[in-house]
Amino acid sequence: MATNLAQKPTASADVRVPASLESVVIRFAGDSGDGMQLTGTQFTHSTALMGTDLATFPDFPAEIRAPTGTTFGVSAYQINFGARRVLTAGDQPDVLVAMNPAALMTNLDSLKPGGTLVVDTGSFNDRTLAKAGYTSNPLEDGTIAPYHVIRLDISRMTLESVKEFGLSNKEAMRCKNMWTLGLMLWMYGRQRQSVVDWLKGKFAKSQQLADANIAAVNAGHAFGETAELAGDMSHSTVGRAEVAPGVYRTITGAESLALGLVAGSKLAGLNIMFGSYPITPASTLLHQLARLKEHGVVTFQAEDEIAAICSAIGASFAGSLGVTSSSGPGIALKGEAMGLAISTELPLVIVNSQRGGPSTGLPTKTEQSDLYQAIYGRNGDAPLPVIASSTPGDCFEVAIEAVRIATKYMTPVILLTDGYLANAAEPWPVPDFDSLKPFKVQFHTEAEGFSPSHRDPETLARNWAIPGNPGTEHRIGGIEKDFNTGNISYAADNHQRMTDTRWNKVLGIADDIPLQEITQGDATGDLVVVGWGSTFGPIYRAVEQSRAKGLKVSQIHVRYMWPLPKNLGDLLKGFGKVLVPEMNKGQFATVLRDNYLVDAVRLNQVNGQPFKVSHLNQVIAETLG
Amino acid sequence: MNELSPHKLTAKDYATDQEVRWCPGCGDYAILKSVQKTLADLEADPANTVFVSGIGCSSRFPYYMATYGFHTIHGRAPAFATGIKLANPKLDVWMVTGDGDGLSIGGNHLLHVLRRNVDIQILLFNNEIYGLTKGQYSPTSRPGTRSPSSPGGSIERNLNPCNFALAAGARFVARTVDTDQKHMPEILKRAHAHRGASFVEIYQNCIVFNDGVFADFTDKKAAPDRQLRAEHGHRLVFGPNGEKGLRLNRDKVAIEIVTIGENGITADDILVHDETDALLAQMLVTLDGPDAPVVVGVIYCNPVDTYDAGVARQVEKAKSAKPNADMKELLFAGSTWTVD
Ligand SMILES: Cc1ncc(C[n+]2csc(CCOP(=O)(O)OP(=O)(O)O)c2C)c(N)n1
Ligand code: SF4
Ligand SMILES: [Mg+2]
Repeated sequence: MATNLAQKPTASADVRVPASLESVVIRFAGDSGDGMQLTGTQFTHSTALMGTDLATFPDFPAEIRAPTGTTFGVSAYQINFGARRVLTAGDQPDVLVAMNPAALMTNLDSLKPGGTLVVDTGSFNDRTLAKAGYTSNPLEDGTIAPYHVIRLDISRMTLESVKEFGLSNKEAMRCKNMWTLGLMLWMYGRQRQSVVDWLKGKFAKSQQLADANIAAVNAGHAFGETAELAGDMSHSTVGRAEVAPGVYRTITGAESLALGLVAGSKLAGLNIMFGSYPITPASTLLHQLARLKEHGVVTFQAEDEIAAICSAIGASFAGSLGVTSSSGPGIALKGEAMGLAISTELPLVIVNSQRGGPSTGLPTKTEQSDLYQAIYGRNGDAPLPVIASSTPGDCFEVAIEAVRIATKYMTPVILLTDGYLANAAEPWPVPDFDSLKPFKVQFHTEAEGFSPSHRDPETLARNWAIPGNPGTEHRIGGIEKDFNTGNISYAADNHQRMTDTRWNKVLGIADDIPLQEITQGDATGDLVVVGWGSTFGPIYRAVEQSRAKGLKVSQIHVRYMWPLPKNLGDLLKGFGKVLVPEMNKGQFATVLRDNYLVDAVRLNQVNGQPFKVSHLNQVIAETLG
Repeated sequence: MNELSPHKLTAKDYATDQEVRWCPGCGDYAILKSVQKTLADLEADPANTVFVSGIGCSSRFPYYMATYGFHTIHGRAPAFATGIKLANPKLDVWMVTGDGDGLSIGGNHLLHVLRRNVDIQILLFNNEIYGLTKGQYSPTSRPGTRSPSSPGGSIERNLNPCNFALAAGARFVARTVDTDQKHMPEILKRAHAHRGASFVEIYQNCIVFNDGVFADFTDKKAAPDRQLRAEHGHRLVFGPNGEKGLRLNRDKVAIEIVTIGENGITADDILVHDETDALLAQMLVTLDGPDAPVVVGVIYCNPVDTYDAGVARQVEKAKSAKPNADMKELLFAGSTWTVD
């Protein structure tokens, strides 16, 4: 029978989880309505607070509430945590928690052979099996035989644990994820207090729901403690990672990006005016910044992405730091306005949280396929600097850099992040704000001899005078301007000169960014793996492992995508081969080939998933021949 | 540097040294003159004044005003103006747009800037044609308009800009005529005095591509019979001697044109203009028929709180709730742990 009510869990394979672990990858998978993302983030938070290093991969569908029990409605959250430095969310989970048949159907393949499968048997019945596309019950037909299976009727035990609170059946079932979380916290010796505190806050308006959810967490935890699980899933621990001393917090890419923008604005001495229109996975940044008004942040939810960027440019004209943010489809809409910001030479930060494309594409899946769009995607010769973040924590520094470059060079800057970085969490050493170097903006206020087109001879940035200041009244616009006066000019020579100036200004930024470093390995060798953006973790691990095998491989991970670091071409010359893994069809490889005439080998994957370390290892070996 | 000039500025002081590039005889010249006069009358501080426009002949306007100015991209001026006001609510922002810029490509933005009630003046130069791109029909062109893109006459129904503005939730809607150098500054001053988005439709003659489209009610001779100047608290009358007027037909809830002294009609039968009445405003801007006048003047003025003031209040509230908010505290927010 499909429903197995046995209180006592039974194991179908005698594979044991070792008691002290270096690292563990857990994947929580359930229906979108099961609250798997909350389970995952709370497990993450608890884990981080214990000083364990970690990386996460929230993997959820585009539909908010896909029909219950369907495979396309499955939402998953993967966490890799360890007593060593963790750089990826893990190739294959050691533990899969499957809350329903659809979650099992879609995730079982990813589970490591011999891995542990925790399954809610209470959710298995003829109807849910059929919905998930099973013709026979996988719990009984041998499908799960290769794994260490822990069968638990989580549904029933949850209902029991919250019985006394008088919830409706539906409400009570919603506590399933908390029961499961309690069990997993016990299994890996994680503390519960942070979860309890969080639940109290989340359900501050309903004592009943707060109590019920806390009871479910405690019940799951107690179940682990008291049930005779010793043979099946022992209480194991993952120690603290050896990390640099300091104060830490967990952070997602969207959070650190928001903090970085605010920090950047303070270093520049400006208020932020953030114009944005909701789109997955970029909206999180809007939500983050909307709560930071006390830091001089104004957020404007515009009527569309065009209005969003235009409002930001207007704000920059008036002396704020204009920032706008979107994802691929919205960035496409902003193209014309970016040209105006380039032509009027106003500072602006444009954040692109990339997702799978083209068109609507895959809203919730990650990709880095907007690099061409960022570097080349505007009408006219319209250069602008492009920088990319590579880890959730890195978004902070990259955001500050974007603000610095935008204000110093009077230019729009595109900051590339992606859906994976935006949502993934990692422990983050909280930076010392006082140690960051301010780059305070000086508005031009002197009326005598003022022209909006006067440039700093070194940076080529034009001066920035803002409305409100007497004597510097001026008009700007998108029509070509005279190099000297800033007035409209259709003169042929002048257009050549202005185009060259805009071009040289952006290329000149290469003198003001750090030289590219070898991220890992020697400065010369047989192969260099060149990456950018969120592929950092998997590439790092793969190169590390390949090097441990004795291969002469190095890693270069690029932050400054345009202009490129001055020494990048020379660095590439130090290697026999250049391999460029990207979550697109080879866009950065094109840029490298174009700029350095280098025979960059492409490795491309656009399946919405991060690269697997094992896959990269294999390709590295093959490329070396 | 910043001391105030002892001389009162004149209209000329608001003009730039740039050569004005509209076609000779274009209605835009008259509007420019009126606006410059208005600013002088208002003693507007050029340093605090910003003209923002989109693209079109009309949108060249900022280049000719000796204030701050931003000639932006086609249709998007409302968004730029909103950003400017959010960055610095103290600035006095005037937006200039055309019937194509504001109602075709920028229709969505115009709708939202009115709905949000951002505190700016919006001047829509309606010439019922795309001037800059050489005369194609526009969303306000009357059906049958022959143009390069509609050689057989345009087929689309036309949009009524003031009706659009009212439907979008505008709290100030007015109309005036390019050549009316007395009326326009009055209207512009009212628009300026109103806190919130003030929408002014200006009938503007494009002498090259649509000459005379408004002549039937703007020509000196025709005007008295075909133009009605609405004034708050005054009866809605027109005609050379004010003998014609608007009466509410209560059976149909419609406005009818009547003549005082005919069929027992007296002055008391004529509607008194109430510029705070949205329903009346809508009836006035959509008046139609062979003997119906075109209503100009302040048709609707009924102020409510502005968007920019609301945003500023939220920011102030957040700041006073957390007066010591600093970056360090923000960085350390939430749960942290220490690794020694
Ligand atoms: C994105 C874009 N599309 C089209 C144009 C071409 N264009 C410039 S002005 C204009 C129409 C202007 O009409 P209107 O707003 O009525 O201004 P007018 O010239 O009549 O004052 C068009 C279609 C453009 N500049 N930008
Ligand atoms: S084309 Fe028409 S609207 Fe444009 S400048 Fe000439 S007359 Fe004026
Ligand atoms: Mg026009």
